Amino acid sequence: MNTSVNLAGVTLKNPVLTASGTFGSGMEYGEFVDLSRLGGVVTKGVAITPWEGNPTPRIAETTGGMLNAIGLQNPGLDVFCERDLPFLSKFDTAIVVNVCGHSEEEYVKAVERLAETNADLLEINISCPNVKEGGIAFGTNAAKIEEITRAVKKVARQPIIMKLSPNVTDITEMALAAQNGGADAVSLINTITGMKIDINRRTFALANKTGGLSGPAIKPVAVRMVYQVAQKVSVPILGMGGIASAEDALEFLMAGATAVSVGTANFHNPRVTEEIVDGIEAYMKRNRVEDIHELIGCVK
Amino acid sequence: MKRYESLTILESSCLQEGIYSMTLDARAIAQEAEPGQFVCLYTDDQSRLLPRPISICDVDREAGTVRLVYRTVGFGTKEFSGKKAGDAITVLGPIGTGYSKVSEGKEAPRRILVGGGIGIPPMLLLAKEWKQAGYEVIAVLGYRTKDTFLLDDMKQYATCYVATDDGSLGTHGTVIDAIRENGLIPEGAEAETVIAACGPMPMLRGLAGLAAERNVSAYVSLEERMACGVGACLGCITKTKSVDAHSHVHNARICTEGPVFDVRELCF
Ligand SMILES: Cc1cc2nc3c(=O)[nH]c(=O)nc-3n(C[C@H](O)[C@H](O)[C@H](O)COP(=O)(O)OP(=O)(O)OC[C@H]3O[C@@H](n4cnc5c(N)ncnc54)[C@H](O)[C@@H]3O)c2cc1C
Ligand SMILES: Cc1cc2nc3c(=O)[nH]c(=O)nc-3n(C[C@H](O)[C@H](O)[C@H](O)COP(=O)(O)O)c2cc1C
Ligand code: FES
Repeated sequence: MNTSVNLAGVTLKNPVLTASGTFGSGMEYGEFVDLSRLGGVVTKGVAITPWEGNPTPRIAETTGGMLNAIGLQNPGLDVFCERDLPFLSKFDTAIVVNVCGHSEEEYVKAVERLAETNADLLEINISCPNVKEGGIAFGTNAAKIEEITRAVKKVARQPIIMKLSPNVTDITEMALAAQNGGADAVSLINTITGMKIDINRRTFALANKTGGLSGPAIKPVAVRMVYQVAQKVSVPILGMGGIASAEDALEFLMAGATAVSVGTANFHNPRVTEEIVDGIEAYMKRNRVEDIHELIGCVK
Repeated sequence: MKRYESLTILESSCLQEGIYSMTLDARAIAQEAEPGQFVCLYTDDQSRLLPRPISICDVDREAGTVRLVYRTVGFGTKEFSGKKAGDAITVLGPIGTGYSKVSEGKEAPRRILVGGGIGIPPMLLLAKEWKQAGYEVIAVLGYRTKDTFLLDDMKQYATCYVATDDGSLGTHGTVIDAIRENGLIPEGAEAETVIAACGPMPMLRGLAGLAAERNVSAYVSLEERMACGVGACLGCITKTKSVDAHSHVHNARICTEGPVFDVRELCF
């Protein structure tokens, strides 16, 4: 039985990765999951310098999901390269570094710096809806997406995955812009901008007022977008949004994703990623699927 | 080591209106837990994904049991209160850094434990362990009215003082009023006194002020909304004076570096 896939030139032992920002750099989940069983670990967004993030509350629960407004708090690339990359290198799993920036120059500098490291893939977060100066300007404008993709591709050593925002009218336009700019893959979806009001305090549940909605509540939107993008682009897709079981992951693969990322579900069950790997294998056995490629994009 | 597992409820009871006690068969957590640490409980309802953090109130290391005491405030705690002995509940724990942060030793033998409302439960295990360690343990407990909970349990380990909002028992006012009224920090005893507290933010801020004024060291337990409970999501931070271990930006994670902090470290 073959479960391995090729994501933008990198071979993954299976199509199950973690979603950026929900799994740290894997360290905190090592007690629950054998990281070497995962296709890859996608790390929390990191920038060229440390970011403080937003004030609290940063988290709010919603029915079937959650809102977050962490604001991309991160230690910056110096600490990340010294601490997190060596940790992840001990495991037999692909290392996907998620990159954020306040400006095109910051993305370029970060990608340049990461070229010297053993990261296998870079995922460029142009779609974070939280930070006022950050992602949003790039992620919702096709011309900007193409421009920034071209700029990072110029200096990149690793394959580049452009991570798309769902907060647009037509996500296929954004995916095509990334492909035109030279992206090796696209990932989608990032969180959907939402709001919750605390009726007892008569104010916003999040200090940032708005936050990104994630979890099972967004899964049908994500599957629809992955399917639409798969019909339009030729680069591989890393699909995500509300995956909490092997069945959920299989929906994304069938809609056209080459691999999937699991995010919010880790908060409900820290072992979920490994259970999804097992569950996909069980499904393949049960249904006599020899090669996972029989499933990828099988729904047209 | 943190564990994520389904545990059996051994006892579930109502202590007073809206306050419940739950004892879990939790051998691993009972062995390792220290006062001030907490567990995360998960609801059975799959549309509520996030953990409910609840402090460890007591452990019986030999019997392998863990006791929690909580107030019903919303969906999750109401669901938990409906569970009975024999039911299962999903638990992650033990989590966080507790009162082991307070330096051991004879230089501060007077320990004043301050609990406000639903901040009282974690003080029980702390009182028990500090009493066993030979410290002089004083507890100052704040309630709304004379309908107290855990007061008899606390009396086994501590000399107890009570403050109530309505004056129906003990000092009429706050725990800080009770500390002053009873002269619990006598002149000259500052260096040998340590305050440990858990409760609402105004109470903790008041205590931080008192500790600064009297030059007494104080440790407090903080709350924040949590998503992962393991230090990965960066949802539960509090501003600190020194740079934090994770991001080096003055944001300590309450679930990992906390929930217990030296007040001098915090930006209150
Ligand atoms: C470290 C720590 C220890 C705690 N110990 C205790 C304890 O021993 N006894 C007790 O009664 N309560 C304790 N709390 C508060 C307790 O976590 C909340 O009352 C509980 O999560 C409410 O859940 P709910 O589903 O009933 O309420 P809902 O309002 O339905 O909860 C919605 C969401 O908000 C979160 N939330 C709501 N209130 C709080 C809060 N005060 N702090 C953090 N998250 C919150 C919930 O976890 C959930 O994700 C503690 C909180 C923390 C952070
Ligand atoms: C707490 C939290 C933090 C996140 N941080 C990042 C981030 O740093 N970079 C990024 O590209 N996406 C980030 N995301 C988005 C996720 O990677 C993912 O795209 C989204 O949550 C949808 O997947 P899910 O429903 O499985 O969580 C974050 C999501 C959450 C919930
Ligand atoms: S709850 Fe995720 S870091 Fe504390």
